[in-house]
Amino acid sequence: MSEDFAVPEKSGAEILIDTLIEQGVDTVFGYPGGAVLPIYDALFQHKKIRHVLVRHEAGAAHAAEGYARSTGKPGVVLVTSGPGATNAVTGIADAFMDSIPLIVLTGQVATNLIGSDAFQEADTVGITRHCSKHNYLVKDPADLASTVREAFAIATKGRPGPVVIDIPKNVQVATTSTDVKRATSSRFNPAGEADYAEINRAVELLANAKAPILYTGGGVINSGPDASAALRELAELCGAPVTSTLMGLGAYPASGDAWLGMLGMHGTYEANMAMNQCDVMLCLGARFDDRVTGRLDAFSPDSIKIHIDIDRSSINKTVRVDLPIVADVGAAMRQMIEVWKGRKYKAAALDDWWARIKGWRAVDCLSYADSTQEIMPQYAIERLFAATKDKSPIITTEVGQHQMWAAQHFHFDAPNKWLTSGGLGTMGYGLPAAVGAQMGNPDALVIDIAGEASIQMNIQEMATATQYRLPVKVFILNNEWMGMVRQWQELTYESRFSESYSDSLPDFVALAEAYGWKGIRCSDPAKLDEAIAEMLAYDGPVMFDCRVHKTSNCFPMIPSGAAHTDMILHSDEVSGTMDDEAKALV
Amino acid sequence: MHIKQELTERHVLTLTVDNEAGTLARIAGMFTSRGYNIDSLTVADISEDHTTSRITIVTRGPPPVIDQIIAQCERLIPVHKVTDLTEAGPHVERELALVKVRGTGDQRVEAMRLADIYRARVIDATVNSFIFEITGGPDKIDTFVALMREVGLVEVGRTGIVGLMRGAEGS
Repeated sequence: MSEDFAVPEKSGAEILIDTLIEQGVDTVFGYPGGAVLPIYDALFQHKKIRHVLVRHEAGAAHAAEGYARSTGKPGVVLVTSGPGATNAVTGIADAFMDSIPLIVLTGQVATNLIGSDAFQEADTVGITRHCSKHNYLVKDPADLASTVREAFAIATKGRPGPVVIDIPKNVQVATTSTDVKRATSSRFNPAGEADYAEINRAVELLANAKAPILYTGGGVINSGPDASAALRELAELCGAPVTSTLMGLGAYPASGDAWLGMLGMHGTYEANMAMNQCDVMLCLGARFDDRVTGRLDAFSPDSIKIHIDIDRSSINKTVRVDLPIVADVGAAMRQMIEVWKGRKYKAAALDDWWARIKGWRAVDCLSYADSTQEIMPQYAIERLFAATKDKSPIITTEVGQHQMWAAQHFHFDAPNKWLTSGGLGTMGYGLPAAVGAQMGNPDALVIDIAGEASIQMNIQEMATATQYRLPVKVFILNNEWMGMVRQWQELTYESRFSESYSDSLPDFVALAEAYGWKGIRCSDPAKLDEAIAEMLAYDGPVMFDCRVHKTSNCFPMIPSGAAHTDMILHSDEVSGTMDDEAKALV
Repeated sequence: MHIKQELTERHVLTLTVDNEAGTLARIAGMFTSRGYNIDSLTVADISEDHTTSRITIVTRGPPPVIDQIIAQCERLIPVHKVTDLTEAGPHVERELALVKVRGTGDQRVEAMRLADIYRARVIDATVNSFIFEITGGPDKIDTFVALMREVGLVEVGRTGIVGLMRGAEGS
């Protein structure tokens, strides 16, 4: 090529921004700092990308998670080196556990300073190596575009997850010819369709089952809206009941006839009993998590287990299955439907099975003693659901009792509406996630169902909502306790409430006003509906301090180390102590 | 309450990986973070264009854990292929050790005699020391090192195991 046709050189920062735009990025959650100043300067000159300035880097990562989960697009984070990166680590680990696609761009000190304990230096690739799906340290601007492209492929394909790209400051500044194009990598080849021999076997097992169950998880949501549609069709064809993990809520509609409710530690009696008693279990994009299985040697002892998962390492990790299928769960369900229809299978006569389920449902495990004096936390969720269900709200949560009550008493009919920290269990997730979800869905009603303890862990993000005029609602179930800790101390440690009281709480209404939000407080069950209506009518962010009964426990509950059949349904069945084996389990 | 120990099996795994910064740390760190054992680990570039390395890991665990180890290795982006030589069938394993002994008189003669029996080669000698080079399976090397302890062992360096499938096919 002659000099006349030389391709113009661009800086690493410009190449980065160009590649983000090429990958369809329109929103970035970040916080500037010394080691990312060149990128922020490039951002300043490109108006195509909207930057959301958070108030803490943990908030950036959780906001990107909320954006990703509610839109199905990868969330992008931009933070500086050292403390910027380490603050983002909790969100990266959270996204890794819950399989959320994130691209995390971190600044790094210049390549010649790496390892010299330079100002704001941290070994970001070392720290994030085992809590990310993959990570990179880019040492040459010529490698940036291909690295970013591969990172997007890795983050979004297969089992999604966070990918970290650490970019030294001199690599952001240095220029390179922009025609550098490394061959697109083919080293990442996620599973797609399933083998038809396996699908045929799965369909045969399901069609001949007398007591089948579909156990669904976050994989169905991650596989995309069509996977949720396929699940509904498959459930209809085979007539089996459907339960879901915390992560999978909304994939099958809670208003559907086959819905049993969530399973697991705080799942419904009917879901857990059906899991225990089924003869064929079809696990769709779930991973037999310890919150779901309870005591492993008593987990669904007599069933044939089929497990469809895109990640082979999720299969046979804790529970041995009879028919493992490594495939995209949406594609595999479509194949099952095709085979089912092709072979003209009829749903087996499941009347006996449904009669038994009806018996378990009659236990009415989510019932609670209501009160006219105090707002029961379950009642608050029920009223919030009743007031918002026609608005198709996006619900985020923090972690604890309020999260489980929300999972039990709020009902989801569509995927991507329920954003909660499942695997890592990160308090402080809900508010930034709501910010991210509202950025991605400007017209949606976004509500963070929170606890008074969790909300304080990322409360600084109230300012982010104010700045971007995000009308998020924070609905705090305020019982003045770290409720789940208090509950475990009551059940396992003979009510020795060590450090679990939420002392010195702020005045949440005054706090809301200080941030330019509206604050509402309610402690009277008779006035709750009116107060919720006031919250929903306000065109702007609202913090709702819902004063609830202080010592309510979340039931039903499978105690630590117990089997599905040993559920505690009511507080009068609680012994107040546990043996060491049970105490040692998380 | 006491911590229970489980019965374990020894497996030799070979991994074909991208030869790039951080790959070894990613694999070794994954073993640590998930609580898997590493008895030995060897790694070297094996490709003409220096893009691919082969890692041989000797690990121990109950069969389901070995299965998980393989799945977790395969999940790492730079790992292209994992073969469980122990599971795959007939294979050879070799390790190299350098063994230094010090002594004079009968002890020195005995060390030399034993080295001869074990087909160890002398690669350095002074009037009162030898360095032997020995290759073989880990048992042979363990036994040889144990014998050398009796005749003046000073120090030993071992490479860890490399292995290949027997026969004409690659793994």
